[in-house]
Amino acid sequence: MSAHVKQKDASIPTIPIKARLSRWFGRNLIRIYAVFGFTYLFIPVAYTFAFSFNDSGKSNLVWKGFTFDNWKNPCGAPEVCTALGNSIKIGLLATIFSTILGTMIAFAIGRYAFKGRSSSNLLIFLPMATPEIVLGASLLSLFLVFQINPGFWPTVIAHVMFCISFVVVTVKARIASLDPRLEQAAMDLYANELETFRKVTLPLVAPGIAGAALLAFSLSFDDFIITNFNSGTLKTFPEFVYTSAARGIPAQANVIGSAMFFLALIIVIAGQFVGKRVKVAK
Amino acid sequence: MSKVKLPYLLLLPGFLFLFTFFILPIANLAQTSTQTPIADGDTGQYEQTLRFSNYLDAFTENQEQFARSFVFALCATVLALAISYPLAYAIAFKAGKLKNFLLVLVVAPFFVSFLLRTVAWKQILGEEGFIVPSLRTFGIISESTTLTSTSFAVIMGMTYNFLPFMTLPLYASLERIDPRTMEASGDLYANGITTFRKVTLPLSMPGVVAGTLLTFIPAAGDYVNAAILGSPNTRMIGNVIESRYFKIVDYPTAAALSFTLMVAILILVTLYIRKAGTEELV
Repeated sequence: MSAHVKQKDASIPTIPIKARLSRWFGRNLIRIYAVFGFTYLFIPVAYTFAFSFNDSGKSNLVWKGFTFDNWKNPCGAPEVCTALGNSIKIGLLATIFSTILGTMIAFAIGRYAFKGRSSSNLLIFLPMATPEIVLGASLLSLFLVFQINPGFWPTVIAHVMFCISFVVVTVKARIASLDPRLEQAAMDLYANELETFRKVTLPLVAPGIAGAALLAFSLSFDDFIITNFNSGTLKTFPEFVYTSAARGIPAQANVIGSAMFFLALIIVIAGQFVGKRVKVAK
Repeated sequence: MSKVKLPYLLLLPGFLFLFTFFILPIANLAQTSTQTPIADGDTGQYEQTLRFSNYLDAFTENQEQFARSFVFALCATVLALAISYPLAYAIAFKAGKLKNFLLVLVVAPFFVSFLLRTVAWKQILGEEGFIVPSLRTFGIISESTTLTSTSFAVIMGMTYNFLPFMTLPLYASLERIDPRTMEASGDLYANGITTFRKVTLPLSMPGVVAGTLLTFIPAAGDYVNAAILGSPNTRMIGNVIESRYFKIVDYPTAAALSFTLMVAILILVTLYIRKAGTEELV
């Protein structure tokens, strides 16, 4: 008996080492990999942030010294703030229109069975499956046919067009995850359809709509290809970066990029925090 | 208001918009693609002559760029999948309480403008960045080798820029997997690799399909990465379309190229979805 136990003891160090090793790999290889992944993701962000403090003068290519001047005076470089203003205006308008139109479509597709539902889904999928350059170029050709000059409103229209599909997909996903019993309960408690929609359905779908609006704004704000085709002489922030890339981008552009990064981070984290509190309150 | 009409009323404004600014432009693009220059007209004036050989001319002239677009997009998609899958897996199963925070970190870099990040890569990989000199010191690359203006830089830029489109759908489908299915597979004496191959991977296929499509489509039509990180030797079809539109004002060729690109992508996507067998997208 004791010999048997001893033999088992002796074999413990060999098998478990292999098992432990493979378990260690199973557990940690993926973590190590994830650390590398995040490093890759953040290299250009760190670079952009670091060079927003560069005492660079006109061309922000080489590190010349640390300064807060760019942050104190983000509009110091010509055109930066005009371009930023254009991007924000276009982004807000595109967000409002695409969120309204997209949410209506999402309710129709997500809530009702009707003839033509699957072709409606296809129409929503198609703009997402079309390369941006085709969307931008084809819209420009249309504007040229109707002799509409590219500029502010054509850009807004272009942005609304490509944002709608993303809004529909996001809101539809939220509607699909709703528990139908909640609405049935409201009806049982003598709420009519409109009241049920206003007091039960809409508040439940609201986080999805908010998420869709945030997505639409960031898509619009960051778009370059479609904008470049339809903006004419108007310059958005990404277009400003593109055209000044050859000569070197002023450090103020890095300030704005970094500020957007932190702002978005705060909004997203605050959103999660509010979401948690709402859940707790319930 | 009758109940049957309600979904159609909800769809109407959005679909009217999509019809005018998505379907109509694509139809117009098709119409432009067979035009020819007006005899003794100004540059940029064309008339409809139904010249379908525009397509053949456009394609034979730009075969190389077409092939490069699809090869680059494929490389970027495969690389993005290789980077994103372990990342999404780590967030879904190994992150514990940090899950939401890490998810925000994946998206966060994308709030720094797309253009700024690409320009940042150009400078990081450039002669004054920190990567090239250190690779030279260790003798990994020769003195004359550069990283910018190469296919490597363009593919790397595309991989980076479309990464969240891969990571987020992968995460969404991995997160939905019940961990008990993996435990069950382990209980049935499958090792880690078998469990992954037979349980986790098949269950995450909808995410793989969605992610690869959302990466491949924009990558194939992209011209920003090639313009900033590449050289005239790495031109993609997007660069050709862009210059045909703005520099040469050759609308019919640009339209024929756009249309060919769109149809090629749609065919590939359809075949791929059939092969991969998922209908969750549409």
